[in-house]
Amino acid sequence: MTANTVVELDHATIAVGHRAVLRDVGFAIQAGDFVGVLGPNGAGKTTLMRAILGLLPPAAGTLRVFGKTPKFGTSTIGYLPQLRTVLPDLRVRGLDYIASSLHGERWGLPSLAAADRHAIEETLDAVGASDLARRPLSDMSGGERQRLLLAQALIGKPKLLLLDEPLISLDARHQEVVIDVVRRIARQRGITVLFSAHELNQLLGAIDKVLYLGNGHAALGTVDEVVTAPVLSRLYGTEIEVLRAGGHIFVMSRGRDVERDAHQHDHDHDHGHGHAHDHHGHEH
Amino acid sequence: MFHYEFITNAFIAAGIVAVVSGLTGYFLVMRGQTFAGHALSHIGFAGATGAGLIGLSPLAGLVGFTLIAGIAMGAMSDRISNRDVAIGVVLALALGFGLLFLHYYTAFATQATALLFGNVLAVDRDMIGALAGLGAITIVALGAIMRPLIFATLQPELAEAKGVPMRFISTAFLAIVALAVAACAQIVGVLMVFTLMVGPAAAAQRVTGGLWSGLATAALLALAEAWLGIAIAFETDWPVSFCIAVLSAVGYFAALALSRTRASSSAA
Repeated sequence: MTANTVVELDHATIAVGHRAVLRDVGFAIQAGDFVGVLGPNGAGKTTLMRAILGLLPPAAGTLRVFGKTPKFGTSTIGYLPQLRTVLPDLRVRGLDYIASSLHGERWGLPSLAAADRHAIEETLDAVGASDLARRPLSDMSGGERQRLLLAQALIGKPKLLLLDEPLISLDARHQEVVIDVVRRIARQRGITVLFSAHELNQLLGAIDKVLYLGNGHAALGTVDEVVTAPVLSRLYGTEIEVLRAGGHIFVMSRGRDVERDAHQHDHDHDHGHGHAHDHHGHEH
Repeated sequence: MFHYEFITNAFIAAGIVAVVSGLTGYFLVMRGQTFAGHALSHIGFAGATGAGLIGLSPLAGLVGFTLIAGIAMGAMSDRISNRDVAIGVVLALALGFGLLFLHYYTAFATQATALLFGNVLAVDRDMIGALAGLGAITIVALGAIMRPLIFATLQPELAEAKGVPMRFISTAFLAIVALAVAACAQIVGVLMVFTLMVGPAAAAQRVTGGLWSGLATAALLALAEAWLGIAIAFETDWPVSFCIAVLSAVGYFAALALSRTRASSSAA
């Protein structure tokens, strides 16, 4: 590995229970890269992030983050989990919500030091969401909640940001805002970003690399290297066609747009079960 | 009315229980586990009647059973313990056992109503001591786990990533709820613990977004409802638990209406 490698997997197998979600995969993510993480549902996008956080040690092979084996609990990685927790009735203010995560692992009563309060206000300001500090969570739109979570992930000046489906259930305008904010801050601070999403096209202008997961395999490279019929056919385990038109890329299987289908599918579930189907994010 | 000792005792006992219930209930509502709290009280009914059958005090049976059940529910995965159907089945089973124990211990039957619907006017000095002990343990334990409990409740995925012992937190919390439920059942009965544990806490969360203000509101509202309930019962000769239940419902729906009007006026 080089000094610039942030995340490196070498012949790594990452399993959830007895199911190997990623089998014998190897790739290296370089410092400062904005990597779009794509792939069908259950391909292991969340699982990979949990492994990088140190929550899931590889069953075989090695996984190194900043040159070290990631250690659970001590990570300085900024993490934005997929929004699975639905607390619609909660009138917790944005400030208190973020405050709960600061030293939240300590015992005793919660308290908010002046320095912590300052850090929260600063990070909210950086993502252009200062007004969310006083507003209750239950009154925020999906886009506002995501910006709040993004602000929280940036506390402590992380050098690596793991964003798990930050665009989910946002409309196109809010999706663009979230991508732009992440892109801007990542560039300013030299942060390496793993950004998982359902659709490639929204990310095309922002990402440096794409990491496609599927069928236990992983492929990392530029969009032109990875988003091709042979590579994706292997990852999806079915014949895939890649069409390019008007600056968009369509990944089709038997005449259907696979990404759009997956996205639609997820929305149906969200309304009915509030992500209950994906409680741990790695089973479908 | 305070020259009657039983009224003074009732006010002290209800005061202790209301504060404990309001504080514990706040987190119960925040975590969306109110149904689990409801089930714990029913399991406690089987414990109380079972204890009577073997010659122990109902409170001992209540505390023992709810505590075991609370720890068991916490130790099971969230997938099982948060399932409404599973909880409902266990709840009905517990009530069934309670009935069976009552059936074999017929002398105890007169106490069944007191267990189910509460009998705060029969509280004596010993009971106040027991409730104060239970209440103190509950509040100290709650204070000890409060910070990780809030983190684990609001942001479970992140809390897990930061090393919060999730299973321990949820088990410890349900054990705390079990103690609070046992104390609460002494005042309003196992069927009506919602009145003091959930009603005031849910109302508090409608009207305030701050943590400390929410906790204070929940505790004070529970206290006001409990004391006012006893006073109304004294004047009208209606059952105490009925009066508390009415006040709890009024408090909750008033808070709901208040937050609605506030939301619509801020939207306009």
